[in-house]
Amino acid sequence: MNQKLDNLENLGNYRLNHLRELEAEAIFVIRETAAQFENPVLLFSGGKDSIVLFHLARKAFYPAKVPFPLLHIDTGHNFKETLEFRDNLVKKYGVKLIVGSVEETIRQGKAKEDTGYYATRNAIQSITLLDTIEQYKIDAALGGARRDEEKARAKERFFSHRDIFGQWDPKNQRPELWNLFNGRKHMGEHFRVFPLSNWTELDVWLYIYLENIELPSLYFTHKRKVFNRDGVWLAWAPFMRLKPTEKVEERYVRARTIGDIPTTGLTLSNASTIEEIVYEIATTRTTERGMRFDDKVSETSMEDRKREGYF
Amino acid sequence: MSEKQQNNTTLDKQQIKQKVDELLNNYLEMDLLRFTTAGSVDDGKSTLIGRLLYDSKAIFQDQLEAVQRASQRRGEDNINLALITDGLKAEREQGITIDVAYRYFHTPKRKFIIADTPGHVQYTRNMVTGASTANLAIILIDARNGVLEQTKRHSFIASLLQIKHIVVTVNKMDLVNWSQEVFEKIKQDYLTNVAPKLDVKDIRFIPISALHGDNVVQPSQNMPWYEGPTLLHLLETINISKDINLQDPRFPVQYVIRPQNDQWHDYRGYAGRIASGIFHVGDEIMVLPSGLTSKITSIHFGDRQLNYAFAPQSIAMTIADDIDISRGDMIVRTDNLPQQSQQIEMKICWFNQNPLKLRGRYILRHTTTEMLAMVTDVQYKLDINTLEEDYQDKDVRMNDIAKITVRTAKPLFYDPYKINRQTGAVILIDESTNETVAAGMIE
Repeated sequence: MNQKLDNLENLGNYRLNHLRELEAEAIFVIRETAAQFENPVLLFSGGKDSIVLFHLARKAFYPAKVPFPLLHIDTGHNFKETLEFRDNLVKKYGVKLIVGSVEETIRQGKAKEDTGYYATRNAIQSITLLDTIEQYKIDAALGGARRDEEKARAKERFFSHRDIFGQWDPKNQRPELWNLFNGRKHMGEHFRVFPLSNWTELDVWLYIYLENIELPSLYFTHKRKVFNRDGVWLAWAPFMRLKPTEKVEERYVRARTIGDIPTTGLTLSNASTIEEIVYEIATTRTTERGMRFDDKVSETSMEDRKREGYF
Repeated sequence: MSEKQQNNTTLDKQQIKQKVDELLNNYLEMDLLRFTTAGSVDDGKSTLIGRLLYDSKAIFQDQLEAVQRASQRRGEDNINLALITDGLKAEREQGITIDVAYRYFHTPKRKFIIADTPGHVQYTRNMVTGASTANLAIILIDARNGVLEQTKRHSFIASLLQIKHIVVTVNKMDLVNWSQEVFEKIKQDYLTNVAPKLDVKDIRFIPISALHGDNVVQPSQNMPWYEGPTLLHLLETINISKDINLQDPRFPVQYVIRPQNDQWHDYRGYAGRIASGIFHVGDEIMVLPSGLTSKITSIHFGDRQLNYAFAPQSIAMTIADDIDISRGDMIVRTDNLPQQSQQIEMKICWFNQNPLKLRGRYILRHTTTEMLAMVTDVQYKLDINTLEEDYQDKDVRMNDIAKITVRTAKPLFYDPYKINRQTGAVILIDESTNETVAAGMIE
């Protein structure tokens, strides 16, 4: 990294560039969460946004450890690379990990699993998440969601209130002015907090490059058994049901956004370094959520899921 | 998705690294401009934002296709750019914007955050919310209608919230035959009847057609008489370096970092975001409210040590003396102190369906501190359309702007909002519902 890239003030005259301003804002929001809540967690999916969020949390509390645990909602259909990365990170930085299991939710009969070719455990995740929040008496969950991802997210607050059923009411959100965040709540209610609200996909990737942040191997090109469904490459796994016309083949692919196996569209790519990924992102013309199967259901699917308690 | 992404291989690794370093270098030279757009249903606000995003290539292929499909479903021939910013279900059903939505785009010069707010009088509170973090406000005027009540309302709110730059965009110039006369008349009307009442020094005027793109990103062929910059060029170049207060060092303590391990045994870092000004290692500081003084011994940003730090950086500092400091305290320089009082006068915008209760108790949140406060007086209400002060009607209801006096349970350390948007701002919270009921700007 050259000197210029590493300089906090390369605009001169006490001016932060926009990436450092976003960083300062995110650290402020993370510290505010630690200060205003008794039992916060950081929602960790193993995707780049939650990894950046954890990196920022480490910066926010250095030299102390991050003062809250990570919470991972495991659908049971995760890439093994994601789980390995998660476990290494937890070990390396000495943080506590809470895992909410979607399979457990299904086993307890609290949710019925979808069947059919397009079955995912996406909707059930919300039930597992809310159960875990209740079980551990979590009062704030930090998430890596960004407003540029999706139109329902464009109206999210930094501090987003959830009622005792975990529901979001987009028409009755608390006004959020300056950087005065109101995290007051009644028993049983909780908050979702989104420190990366103002970041774009490119911001996240350039920050990863700038700060040299380690990522799961899934983001880099690798040979994998995949099949093509409706123009999207999906990873093959034993629980994935193939249509008669679909055939499994080996390709060099990488993930641009990471969910679990059924929801993660893969990109044909030879990008093997962060530089190559940034180059690819900067020159592609589709959004990362365009790669997500979960958003294709209807024009408002994200809003509907969020109302019910989704991330 | 497509095979063509494999064409990465046409550049070798070294070339890609070079290109990405260039991109990053350029990216790190961009600053951030936050602006707000207020407008009514019909004045073309959504079309303007759609146009900015579309022409600056911030719209991706899949988003564009979704908008194309939606336009076709509505029976429209062309892409309806307004649909790009269409947000929640209820809004699509009603065809109006009911909340603040945030949009992002960048050009090689700047990154932009748009706070897109609805313009009806019943959404004054949303406009106030969007304006609270903005450097600049775009005021839209329909060229056919000229300066209306809502034009004044949007301008007054921008001024009240101390937005430093206003760009008056006269839209729909295509519907008035691109007439210079119409534009000049509207400009003069605004300068005579609105601008003198504002506390904004930098006001610009641009004639545009958001629908056809004239003077938004591309200079207009239809209005050769206009020699000024396009809207995007103005947004890219307007000087915002003086918008942050760098004169008065204020550091509200947000969190105390105590690692309590062997390596950092005695470390106590006071963490927070610098609200205004600059702090240097070695500065003589005072801690409020205790009034005790000390010296800054180090400034930390993650694992790096800095010689100085400035607003709006998030840092941690250590000081020479063992003083009891906790969240809500404010560290300032001994040669530059804020004001202190328990009797605070402020302008407020009321946000809640329950009206303000005179002599009612509220939680007042200011920087990182919270205290109880009682509203002791409603001095006047402000007519947001005329800026006239009404001393008779003291019922403060949702979307009203009023000047009030509050008595706080503890001394408040503040600066007037006009001088400092961080240490001059408060919110009031209802104790029983926990809702944010008002935004206040201290006088």
